[in-house]
Amino acid sequence: MNWFSKFLTSTVGRKVVMSLTGLFLISFLLVHCSINALMFLNDGGLFFNEAAHFMATNILIRTIEIFLFLFLIIHILQSVAITRQNMKARTISYSGTSSTATSKWYSRSMGILGSLILVFLVIHLKDFFISSRFTDHLGLDNNGTPDMYSEVKEAFQNPAYAMIYIFSMIVLAYHLLHGFQSAFRSLGIYHKKYTPVIEFLGIAFSIIVPAVFAAMPIYFLLKK
Amino acid sequence: MALDSKIPSGPLGEKWSQYKSSVKLVNPANKKKIDIIVIGTGLAGASTAASLGELGYKVKAFCFQDSARRAHSIAAQGGINAAKNYRNDGDSVYRLFYDTIKGGDYRSREGNVHRLAEVSVNIIDQCVAQGVPFAREYSGLLDNRSFGGVQVSRTFYARGQTGQQLLLGAYSALNRQVKEKSVELFTRHEMVEVVIENGKARGVIVRDLVTGEIQRHAAHAVVLATGGYGNVFFLSTNAMGCNTTAIWKAHKKGAFFGNPCFTQIHPTCIPVHGEYQSKLTLMSESLRNDGRVWVSKSKGDKRKPQDIPEEERDYYLERKYPSFGNLVPRDIASRAAKEACDDGRGVGETGMAVYLDFADAIKKYGQHVISERYGNLFEMYDKITGEDPYKTPMMIYPAVHYTMGGLWVDYNLMTNVPGMYATGECNFSDHGANRLGASALMQGLADGYFVLPYTIGDYLSGEILTGKIKTDSAAFNEAEKNVRAQIDKLMNVKGTKSVDYYHRKLGKVMWDKCGMARNANGLTEAIEEIKKIKSEFWCDVKIPGTANELNPELEKAIRVADFIELGELMCRDALHREESCGGHFRSEFQTPDGEALRNDDKFAYVGAWEYKGENQPQELHKEELVFESVHLTQRSYK
Amino acid sequence: MRLTLKVWRQKNKSDKGGFETYQLNNVDTHASFLEMMDVLNEQLIEENKIPVAFDHDCREGICGACSMVINGRPHGPLKGTTTCQLHMRHFNDGETVTIEPFRANAFPVLKDLVVDRTSFERIQQAGGYVSIGTGSAPEANNIPINKNDSDKAFDAAACIGCGACVAACKNGSAMLFVGAKVSQYALLPQGHPERNERVLNMVAVMDEEGFGGCTNTGACEAECPKEISVANIMRLNREYISAKLSVEKE
Repeated sequence: MNWFSKFLTSTVGRKVVMSLTGLFLISFLLVHCSINALMFLNDGGLFFNEAAHFMATNILIRTIEIFLFLFLIIHILQSVAITRQNMKARTISYSGTSSTATSKWYSRSMGILGSLILVFLVIHLKDFFISSRFTDHLGLDNNGTPDMYSEVKEAFQNPAYAMIYIFSMIVLAYHLLHGFQSAFRSLGIYHKKYTPVIEFLGIAFSIIVPAVFAAMPIYFLLKK
Repeated sequence: MALDSKIPSGPLGEKWSQYKSSVKLVNPANKKKIDIIVIGTGLAGASTAASLGELGYKVKAFCFQDSARRAHSIAAQGGINAAKNYRNDGDSVYRLFYDTIKGGDYRSREGNVHRLAEVSVNIIDQCVAQGVPFAREYSGLLDNRSFGGVQVSRTFYARGQTGQQLLLGAYSALNRQVKEKSVELFTRHEMVEVVIENGKARGVIVRDLVTGEIQRHAAHAVVLATGGYGNVFFLSTNAMGCNTTAIWKAHKKGAFFGNPCFTQIHPTCIPVHGEYQSKLTLMSESLRNDGRVWVSKSKGDKRKPQDIPEEERDYYLERKYPSFGNLVPRDIASRAAKEACDDGRGVGETGMAVYLDFADAIKKYGQHVISERYGNLFEMYDKITGEDPYKTPMMIYPAVHYTMGGLWVDYNLMTNVPGMYATGECNFSDHGANRLGASALMQGLADGYFVLPYTIGDYLSGEILTGKIKTDSAAFNEAEKNVRAQIDKLMNVKGTKSVDYYHRKLGKVMWDKCGMARNANGLTEAIEEIKKIKSEFWCDVKIPGTANELNPELEKAIRVADFIELGELMCRDALHREESCGGHFRSEFQTPDGEALRNDDKFAYVGAWEYKGENQPQELHKEELVFESVHLTQRSYK
Repeated sequence: MRLTLKVWRQKNKSDKGGFETYQLNNVDTHASFLEMMDVLNEQLIEENKIPVAFDHDCREGICGACSMVINGRPHGPLKGTTTCQLHMRHFNDGETVTIEPFRANAFPVLKDLVVDRTSFERIQQAGGYVSIGTGSAPEANNIPINKNDSDKAFDAAACIGCGACVAACKNGSAMLFVGAKVSQYALLPQGHPERNERVLNMVAVMDEEGFGGCTNTGACEAECPKEISVANIMRLNREYISAKLSVEKE
């Protein structure tokens, strides 16, 4: 398996790992976001609670969840390795400055954006994931399902907390804006005909998904 | 000393094939014991080093650039000729041979030129196999275009970057040998002396341009592939680093210099525009396929080109040379431009330019076709001048581009110094008094891939018992001592004027008096002026820094010192050749309608000059040119 | 026009280096950037100072020797242009121009603005060629090549090996350069027999030389004087992945 470890540590291979784990995380976002969108149904969160309960208890989902955490950790570790290698490749920066940028700022700031997302994740997991999964303080809704909806509602009615969420979603949007299409590039997928489609999807995804997430705190703040 | 060109006997078409099958060889086991030094990594040098490495010789290749790929062959734009006859337009090896001999105004050797035409077809095969992306048609087959001085389309091209693509091909072949460890590559190393031991070339002294270290390298043969010396004119289309030092040192160590005055002035360059100018930029001759050259019919016409109506324009090439039109050979096109400007009809601010107009071609084929053909050239023109040639005609003027002269070599490409070879532009061999477009790339690669690898065996077969050449011999000591002495002397002048000052001064004398048109008076004056420049240079040149570091001023000084001496020899050669032929135009010798007037009775020879010592005039030796197959005629492109 | 130049001066590889400021009072707007540097050097020589060392040769934008970073941009502000083809009419009277060497740890500075780019050479030597011996080539027109592929190969082959992509990349990555080289051969049938070994070997040396990895910012393409497309980087990724998966032995 020497070739495999060589692959994983080559500059190209590292990016392939980033890309594959990133794409998996993107697919997770889509699921997460769809379920969250159920909160906007005007049913007092009944359907949402059911879906959340299903996600928390289904054995297949639970198995995938293990991979999700695994890939998230790999994504983080690999990014640290890449950043370190890249910083070593250029230790002196330019002192001259140009008025015209030749690349997007967020494409150059993936590490920082990623780190901010990591901070957010810690807060987010602590408040919603650990508390719901490993403690049993959640009440039950009218259908007798654990009432995640009320938990969320309560949290977001704190304006400061909501602001952190909204800010984090903007960060996520930029991370995705570069990451989505970059993932395909790192896999060598490039075609004059199809790449514009991927790029369009990437932009749409990067705006819509974080927007839906960010809509929740806004929704609950307004509902207060 | 009698010059033996060693042209094999037999019918012209069979000389090379017969010679190839009878030339002495070195067996593979012995090749490993033989070291060869190649100086220069342009088309000729890289192909030579790669091919010799493949054969099993131990090769060391040197270049002054930071990468072998940057040698100035890279800048050749137009194309490379080959007698493939893919167009079915009547091309053949003989026709390529004939065009080249005629284009060279009958001052080259039949045997060499025919060999060049023969191997031209192999070059294309070789380059395509290396992955050179030549232009192709929609069929997937190779495309061709036509070039000056010929009536067939035999030029293969890669947009306007043929030289780059061919050099990258040769460079890749070289890299492969570096990986195989048959070639050792030294970049940022400049040859500053050749070592001769018992009459044979045995090695070189090089200077590491980064550290200033002086190194000795020994070999059984030394191949010089260092290109042309057009920078003697200061302003030329050559790269800034192109120089004559390697061949000049060889000359001073006994190698004869052939036809030094034969310089090619390229007709289509961007005109000079200021004092600070450091070089001239060529616009490929291929532009003359579709561009029409003109000036106004009236003198001092300051109107914009668009405002000059058709009937007041003088398409002088089409008028004077109806059958070749804008595609006459370079020397003729250049001189015609000079005539028009001397006549007061030049265009642009300085009046030292003519128009090259694409309006008709754009009308006929559409802008996209013209852009496909010349896009990058148009862009380059736009970048340099700030004018868009799709909208307004280009302005062009002749500039020094190529030197047909160079070290005298025999059929084996060996100089008169045993073991010292010269390939590519730095030898004098194939282009006579004028080179046809797209033939330089052909010659460089022919020499390196298909000629020298065969012919070098003739000499090296006698070297298999020599054993390793040592670098601690008296000859090496002496050579290194001379190099150090020269550098010390230069560093210690501590004068007041920069190297460029002298180079510019030399260039002006050369351009004014030994340029597009020459005469006895001017040349005699030039020789005196150059002598003065030489003595001033050695008394008053200023080189900052030290010799033990990266010191571009010192590099330039070493080169310019040699250019000055070469310039004098060029003038001497031009003065002695009392005829006009090709790029050498003596105003005293012209036909009533201003064409070059050759004197075949007196000057159908190669003028090979022997160095006789510091401040002594060189001695002329003549190699008579024998024409068995072609009939010498007045060149006519009318 | 008048210019203030802030130029990086460094005696040699081990020297620490720093900026020096110079005034030029009479710069012709038609002069090229390097001709302006010539004028500066003439002035320095006159003042008994050491002229600024910089790489340059053809001054026609094709040899790839010139290499400086002007106001933070490799080869200056003009798109698709090498320093030698950049003309002073693109600068303003009275402007301060910062001139630095290419910065990348794989390109150590030798002196002033001169950097050592032999790491590129070693990458090429690892496989940037077709193993065809002189004289053994088949007839050129035996293999027709689709014009589109041939044109794309040419676009990749137009790389002049200047290293601006590395200089522009915040990661000091050489992926555009290597991508161009790999692409040229991957697109032509002549390059196919060795395509797997080629890409594996070239990437291995690229990594050994200490270049960074590609994070797809696209700065390289934007600064490339020959406008080599980042599509070549994707092709490099593709070639590398497919080679890794398909070769039986490494």
